[in-house]
Amino acid sequence: MEGFLTTYVWPGLIMVAQSLLLLVSLLIFIAYILYADRKVWAAVQMRRGPNVVGPWGLFQSFADLLKFVFKEPVIPAGADKTVFLLAPLVAVTLALATWAVVPVSAGWVIADINVGILYIFAISSLEVYGIIMGGWASNSKYPFLGALRSAAQMVSYEVSIGFVIVAVLLGVGSLNLTDIVMAQHDGIGTRLGLPPSLLDWHWLSLFPLFIIFFISALAETNRPPFDLPEAESELVAGFMVEYGSTPYMMFMLGEYAAITLMCALTTIMFLGGWLPPVDIAILNWVPGIFWFVLKAALVFFMFAMVKAFVPRYRYDQLMRLGWKVFLPLSLLMLVIVAFFLKLTGTAP
Amino acid sequence: MGLQALFFYIFAFVAVASAFMVIAARNPVHSVLFLILTFFNAAGLFLLTGAEFLAMILLVVYVGAVAVLFLFVVMMLDIDFAELRAGVLEYAPVGALIGVILVAELIVVLAGNAFTSNAAGTGASPIPLPSERTNTAALGDVLYTNYIYFFQIAGLILFVAMIGAIVLTLRHRTDIKRQDISRQVARTPEASVEVVKVKPGQGI
Repeated sequence: MEGFLTTYVWPGLIMVAQSLLLLVSLLIFIAYILYADRKVWAAVQMRRGPNVVGPWGLFQSFADLLKFVFKEPVIPAGADKTVFLLAPLVAVTLALATWAVVPVSAGWVIADINVGILYIFAISSLEVYGIIMGGWASNSKYPFLGALRSAAQMVSYEVSIGFVIVAVLLGVGSLNLTDIVMAQHDGIGTRLGLPPSLLDWHWLSLFPLFIIFFISALAETNRPPFDLPEAESELVAGFMVEYGSTPYMMFMLGEYAAITLMCALTTIMFLGGWLPPVDIAILNWVPGIFWFVLKAALVFFMFAMVKAFVPRYRYDQLMRLGWKVFLPLSLLMLVIVAFFLKLTGTAP
Repeated sequence: MGLQALFFYIFAFVAVASAFMVIAARNPVHSVLFLILTFFNAAGLFLLTGAEFLAMILLVVYVGAVAVLFLFVVMMLDIDFAELRAGVLEYAPVGALIGVILVAELIVVLAGNAFTSNAAGTGASPIPLPSERTNTAALGDVLYTNYIYFFQIAGLILFVAMIGAIVLTLRHRTDIKRQDISRQVARTPEASVEVVKVKPGQGI
């Protein structure tokens, strides 16, 4: 009995506590990036954005949450009830589950697994099911068209994201996310004799891949200008047409959780994770999580700006970009990176 | 160990139950969804045996790509459920026969050690501990170092099959308008706009 407590119960409780802490901070972070998204969008269009609930509208997201939760969920008569309600659950659970392997600072990770990045890739490739199930179960035209679009779009852009990840992994030599961050401790900058700084991170040495990854991440998370699954000018609201109240909120939450994950992944793979921008004592005293959140927020700011001033793509243009531009480009970069590592003998 | 056994039974039970539901479900889309659940639990079983790379690849390839296409096709098809049900008993003997053959083959392989007769050969190169070599690296060694030619030939065969499928289905339609982006970008005002002075009352 004594052994049972120490081997299963305490580690289990600690794991639950860690997960809860991460989940709660993640949800609060999501509440504020939603607010930031709207504020940035408003600022670009010279509006004021949400400014009524709380000081400067800071509690807007929580007011929205209450509104969603207290409304009655309406399920269409012709819908497949189980799948209809399962779809938003799948979307939000998968999006939050990916965070289990994300290291937010040195050693601050719930599951430090060997194949961390593959896990993220696998789980985020499942997120398309939330959308397909929702679109199909609604039993209506627009949601179904939105779901089909989304399935094709996410599968297409996963390919180029996969090649970008492989190219990064070639240089790092590990699939562990912590190793990927630590590998950025030395790079171009230190080769030139400078102290460890932001010049060492992968964004500089793999710059084209950084751009490809950023744009593919926009497409993968259905962000504008690639928000064709819910293009309101053609499909009303795409796969979400029939959804309201809490199920709708869960789709929304899942979408934003996926966006924060993509921001975190960009930070880890290209922006040095929790490493400070310059390796000096003052910046090293700042806890790593501060740098991590700062960089992720910066990437999200770029996401929000793109949403504000890039017009929506046409669907055939989207497919052309994915298959005829990004796929060959990322494949070529992969070959170049592999040759470079082999010829210079720097492969790990 | 107890916890692992518990998870094994959970994954195995859900996998078997959802595999049964794949053939028992009335709606084909539900069948595909149960199939996805089966894949997912199979990935869990792979994880329990320590094959984390295989588990993730199973999720990426089968669940993330192949099953999406399945779902795509099944949703688009206009299926008459009643007609589909009617044929079940007709095909049941054939299905049972295939099942029996599969079980018999499994028994032969597992009981007869058909594939471990050259175990002495594999013993010559001992298997490293998981703590020394991750199974991702080990698989990479086998596929890309020991058996690189076989692996590449397999890839080429798939590639040829893919091109064949494209060639069979591709048809160039001439009666539709296509966008040629390079031509659009190369257009200049001089070549495409003409300024005409029109005198009042005369027209062009």
